[in-house]
Amino acid sequence: MSAEEVTVATAPVDLGDDVRVRRRAGSAVLRMTEVKAADMAHAPRDPVTGEQADERMILNMGPAHPSTHGVLRLLLEMEGETVLRSKPIIGYLHTGMEKTGENLTFLQGPTNVTRMDYASPLFSELVFSLATEQLLGIELPERATWIRMLMCELNRVASHLLFQATNGMDLGAVSMMIYGWREREEVLRFFEKVTGLRMNHNYIRPGGVAADLPDGWQDDVRHLLDIIPPRLDEYEVLLNNQPIFRARLQGVGVLEPAEALALSATGPILRATGYDWDLRRDEPYLAYDRVDFDVVVGTCGDAFDRFAVRLEEIRQSLHIVEQILDLLPGGDYRTQDKKVTPPPRARIDESMEALIHHFKIFTEGFHVPEGEVYRAVESPRGELGCYLVSDGGPKPYRMHIRGPSFANLQTLPHLMYGRLVADAVAVISSVDPIMGEVDR
Amino acid sequence: MSGTDVVAEAHEDAPVASTALFGQAVLYPGRDAYLATVESLRAEGYRTATDLTVVDYLTHPGRSGLPEGVQPERFEVVVGLFDHARRERVRLRIQVPADDPTVPSLFDLFPGTEAMEREAWDLFGVSFEGHPDHSRILLPEDWVGHPLRKDEGIGAIPVQFKAASERR
Repeated sequence: MSAEEVTVATAPVDLGDDVRVRRRAGSAVLRMTEVKAADMAHAPRDPVTGEQADERMILNMGPAHPSTHGVLRLLLEMEGETVLRSKPIIGYLHTGMEKTGENLTFLQGPTNVTRMDYASPLFSELVFSLATEQLLGIELPERATWIRMLMCELNRVASHLLFQATNGMDLGAVSMMIYGWREREEVLRFFEKVTGLRMNHNYIRPGGVAADLPDGWQDDVRHLLDIIPPRLDEYEVLLNNQPIFRARLQGVGVLEPAEALALSATGPILRATGYDWDLRRDEPYLAYDRVDFDVVVGTCGDAFDRFAVRLEEIRQSLHIVEQILDLLPGGDYRTQDKKVTPPPRARIDESMEALIHHFKIFTEGFHVPEGEVYRAVESPRGELGCYLVSDGGPKPYRMHIRGPSFANLQTLPHLMYGRLVADAVAVISSVDPIMGEVDR
Repeated sequence: MSGTDVVAEAHEDAPVASTALFGQAVLYPGRDAYLATVESLRAEGYRTATDLTVVDYLTHPGRSGLPEGVQPERFEVVVGLFDHARRERVRLRIQVPADDPTVPSLFDLFPGTEAMEREAWDLFGVSFEGHPDHSRILLPEDWVGHPLRKDEGIGAIPVQFKAASERR
């Protein structure tokens, strides 16, 4: 892609203004502690006039509310049925995974990060592995790169199907929930065949992937390519053509592009506002510059656009998968650098060096040169980044994951302000936060 | 000309040190020049703050790779900015001493850093002056300590649960 094309591709649409999200006073964010909120739960004062309003109260939603996708808790300032200010309260799934990461070797790292975004675990493994490989300065065999791409795109399909299911469920389209889970299961079955696990695969590791694709994988992938697209068409009939579904989503939770940028929101939320941005195309990693796909953007940035962008992204991902079927090269599925990749079992019986390498890798771990690096990939929820600092030892000195859901969650109060509480459910669902990644 | 060059030139009298590792531009403004540097980067087209975090260099003080003139301190606030038009990232590493772990908040420039700064305060105890809601985010409000600091042990803290207040 030449520089000129690049400029055209991101020629800024009217970005709108972001005054709304910059406010300190009069903001949609309820900036107070939980204790203070509990104190004044029955009659919060109007932030502008200072008067106590009888109709106004602070309502606690979650953390175990079915529409909060896990354990998100919201403090809502309500006036009757209308949501005014609100505050997402998070941390119910916080298990200190970044601290855990400092105490696991680089080879063990993916087992930890894969548990962050449990709906798209391969992306966390990928970004951690890319960062580690950059510090190590190793080159990957082509096949490993393409296998990673295949698996990640299928994971994006699975993750967006999960979104379609839960989004339908939250809005009362319960049959959609069954359909979404059904199709996702087909993808997970393929994952189980390749990695041994339906979720939390630990498949992508520094140096390549854990195992080559099994015999007959092409047939399984073709099967997926055959069954999923017609079912996406069924979803369109079921959801897009359904006046009640549209009425629940259209015009709800509108975000301007400038606001999304200011709030560091990425992924489908940013694209739904009409801002043309996708790291796969704009900062190509793996081999995304060698496949053809469209970046899907919305027009109004409402909950319906966020739904529609994700639905179309499933088709684009399947389109990429289709190309990978033809383009996947032969060769090795992991690097043959013996300091990073454990030797094959048979070599250990023959060679003393192989035994030593095996022993060192699994007891101490391989040493990674000193340095710091930030890598980012486009996960189904947006920019997933990994900031990795190494002090030259076998364990990361600091491992920070920039979770897209964590940043995207900041849009919630602005999207819900002034709408009915029923719309709040549609808004939370359309932001699609995965709490495992928010809390880490 | 890349955006970081422009900013480095703008501060000619007090230049901001910079390095490029793996093709990733890194700026090292002092704590006093932090806000001004971010402001000029924003004016230059870096419209989004992608990431903000802290590293505690307590047990790895002699890190190599810092440019000349940058005095290493215990904490380092690491900010990632993105320029969509040029497709460039820049990372800022700000040295923060252990005896006064304070930096100005970026809220007015990038409201998206609100949650990230709260997380940094929560886990590292680095405070952000001028933050609109300077409170813990991941841990309970009454938690004592900042667990991602290197001198906080693993498993050394008993698991705490939020006590149900009598008022509720």
